[in-house]
Amino acid sequence: MGRIRFASHRDIAKVWERALRIANVPMIYSEGFSPRPRISYGLALPTGSESDCEYIDVQVDDSNGLPFDLLEISDLLTSHLPEGIAINGAAIMEGKPPSLQQTVTSSVWDLTVNEDNVTVDLWLGRMNEMKEIVTVRERKGKKITDDIKPLVHSLEKRTNEEDGKVVVTAELGTQPRSLRPSELLRSIQPCLSEYKLRRRKQIVQQGAARLDPLEVEGATRMRIPIGAS
Amino acid sequence: MSTIWPALEEILIKVEKPARYIGLERGAQKPAHDAKNVAWLLTYPDVYEVGFPNQGLQILYEIVNELDIGEAERAYAPWIDLEAIMREQNIPLFSVDTHRPAFEFDVVAFNLSSELVYTNVLNCIDLAGIPLRSKQRSVNDPLVGAGGHCTYNPEPLAEFVDFFVLGDGEEVITELTHTIHAWKSNSNDPKSRNHLLENLSEIEGVYVPALYEVTKDSHGHQLLEPKNELAPKVVEKRTIADLEEWPYPKNQLVPITEVVHDRLNVEVFRGCTRGCRFCQAGMITRPVRERSVEQVRTMVKSGIERTGYDEVALTSLSTADYSDIEKAVELTTDDTLSCGQVSVSLPSLRVDAFTVGIAATIQGVKRTGLTFAPEAGSWRMRQVINKLITEEDLYGAVESAFSQGWRRMKLYFLIGLPTETDEDTLGIATLAQNCAEIGKKYTKNASVTVSVGGFVPKPFTPFQWFGQNTTTELQRKVNLLKDATRKMRGVQLKWHDPKATVVEGILSRGNRALADVLEDVWRSGGTFQEWSEHFDLDRWSTAMENHELSIDWYTYRHREKTEPLPWDHLDAGLYKDFLWQEWRDALEQVGLEDCRWTPCYDCGACTGFGIDHVVASTSPPVGGSQGTWQDLENGGVRPQLLTIGTRSNGGDKH
Repeated sequence: MGRIRFASHRDIAKVWERALRIANVPMIYSEGFSPRPRISYGLALPTGSESDCEYIDVQVDDSNGLPFDLLEISDLLTSHLPEGIAINGAAIMEGKPPSLQQTVTSSVWDLTVNEDNVTVDLWLGRMNEMKEIVTVRERKGKKITDDIKPLVHSLEKRTNEEDGKVVVTAELGTQPRSLRPSELLRSIQPCLSEYKLRRRKQIVQQGAARLDPLEVEGATRMRIPIGAS
Repeated sequence: MSTIWPALEEILIKVEKPARYIGLERGAQKPAHDAKNVAWLLTYPDVYEVGFPNQGLQILYEIVNELDIGEAERAYAPWIDLEAIMREQNIPLFSVDTHRPAFEFDVVAFNLSSELVYTNVLNCIDLAGIPLRSKQRSVNDPLVGAGGHCTYNPEPLAEFVDFFVLGDGEEVITELTHTIHAWKSNSNDPKSRNHLLENLSEIEGVYVPALYEVTKDSHGHQLLEPKNELAPKVVEKRTIADLEEWPYPKNQLVPITEVVHDRLNVEVFRGCTRGCRFCQAGMITRPVRERSVEQVRTMVKSGIERTGYDEVALTSLSTADYSDIEKAVELTTDDTLSCGQVSVSLPSLRVDAFTVGIAATIQGVKRTGLTFAPEAGSWRMRQVINKLITEEDLYGAVESAFSQGWRRMKLYFLIGLPTETDEDTLGIATLAQNCAEIGKKYTKNASVTVSVGGFVPKPFTPFQWFGQNTTTELQRKVNLLKDATRKMRGVQLKWHDPKATVVEGILSRGNRALADVLEDVWRSGGTFQEWSEHFDLDRWSTAMENHELSIDWYTYRHREKTEPLPWDHLDAGLYKDFLWQEWRDALEQVGLEDCRWTPCYDCGACTGFGIDHVVASTSPPVGGSQGTWQDLENGGVRPQLLTIGTRSNGGDKH
């Protein structure tokens, strides 16, 4: 939140790595000449976006008679993270859980846009009408065409009381690939443009259950929910 | 106190790398603003990722913020994309710490580490909303100050900067702060800006250009005289006697985003007595002041713990020359520091097997590439420049490196040195080829990169009288090397643009008349000149022509002993006679040994200031080029001597 939103996903990864090292969290390192700690950072947050719900997996060496006091470590880490990043919850996962990127099925976003109510209504109307929305992307030099409509789970509009700007709340799918908010806003005419983006939730859909990534069920996992800071 | 953050926040999404402008670094300060305090905006006139790691700026940042009456924040030159929007929307230069506009500070101070940033200094002054020239400023405008190596010839910037500081800044910044504070808080003071400038000029090491009258001699050479008795006739540099008393930065900043030299830096000594005659840093930072090995260790340990870095660099002008280097490396690679996850780097390797041996003992080091700086291609040439490395030293170093698993070597050379013949230039290619051959014994992928830069004579060096090679001559030498290395397997050639070298040359030894040239180049859009994609020689040659100034006169002309130099009113601690003798010795290929371990030859740096070398160990480190001066008698062919003083008629044009 705040100024730190302008740091890139890569920058934030480095920030985490350093904070973990300062907090003396015993991480597991990769082998080889330049060992790196085994951390996975989940879905990338576009530079400039805020978020209430980012997740990271850190592989911790528990051979020295742990468990940890998750609350204590979370507070310590928060104190070593830059202003605007705070840990609100943590859980211990034992064994080899699937990666965050594979687990999360959708994200809920607040998309504050530059356009007015009339334009947004027009855009929403078309969005809802269209059966499919075919987009063309370039990836590794190849053109990829796909229909993004199945990734648009829900769209709702409201007006921000403070500045009168229009906010579209969108739940966007992340499987088999993640639909980026900027891509959604520009996918049909009239294009919308983002003023500010904020990820509100990441959701793991298991059957009918919609879970927080910290709540996912797993036979070998143990959860210790902690209070939000 | 205000902040421009709300305006900046609206536009950051439109610019490249917005994290350059957000601050929030670990260790960053948010000083409480108090109108009574002296507020410094420490500004690096280049882009954030280049300026951020600058240790000098970080040291001063901490020292000022430790003062009861001081507050310091940092600023960097906004990149071209952001600058355009800032100008469009009237957003001034700002600090990254609290996004306070620059004009709210008492002092906007610049670090000058290269001549090519001068137009960025002008740009930052203008973006700050401060009148461009010193004489246009009123009592309400911030002071504009500058420090760093380029202040040893500040004259090209003298019209734009209110005060320059020569030498180490650790002590003088506190004195400046007190003087400004006293001036601010004395309500009886007429508050004339000139009065403040006079007060500042009384501080040792501070040069206030406005207090000097500029005249010219009959040859067009600049002469300076103090306007009144308050300003010193000669301004002496500042030197801290003992680095141990200044264990800064204590809280090295850790960036959020990627910067150059992104690691913990611990300065193990300041100064250098190798006496390389081309090297300004080695001349102006004398004497050698080493930290104790215990302090080095403490600084590494607390730095690693505090920053979360996994790499530490032991920095200095030549770290392998640290007298207790083996102990220092042994202590910093100690397992208890970091569970073995920290790597140590020695950014300035000496060229010998001993040094490579030290590098090899450093655990965790990535054995990808090593860099050496033989500087010249022949032993003769290296005697001229007093970089006394034998071929055996170099081959020994390279053999040692390849045999211990390194695969890529980078070799730095200068071209355009005094007395240089094509034989000397081509010697660079031969050395590189031999190094690649050595590599092939150990690995098929052996690679030797040769990086050549055009030599720019600098003030307060023995070569300050030398006429720089022309762009054409430098390009011809680059072409010679291109031809020579084209068919060499495993040798790559890289070179600096000779066109940029000539601009460095104009400014390096220039005078106040260049103010108009700098302003023209800046006004025509010539910022970020050290970035090749933005550099344009035409802007400079046009501006020189428009003001009837000759590049030849400024840059390519040999100087006579009697010629007044634009920096004669400054004292870097070196006797001019010593420098002249060194210049003559250079032409005679007479080498000079490291004075830490030999009798003093009285350059002036110690004797003139009543200080001395401070060394961590009483005996010199073993091995390598420490002993190479013994081979001085076996030099190469005697060079054709330069004829000095026959080309100075260009002064009439001026």
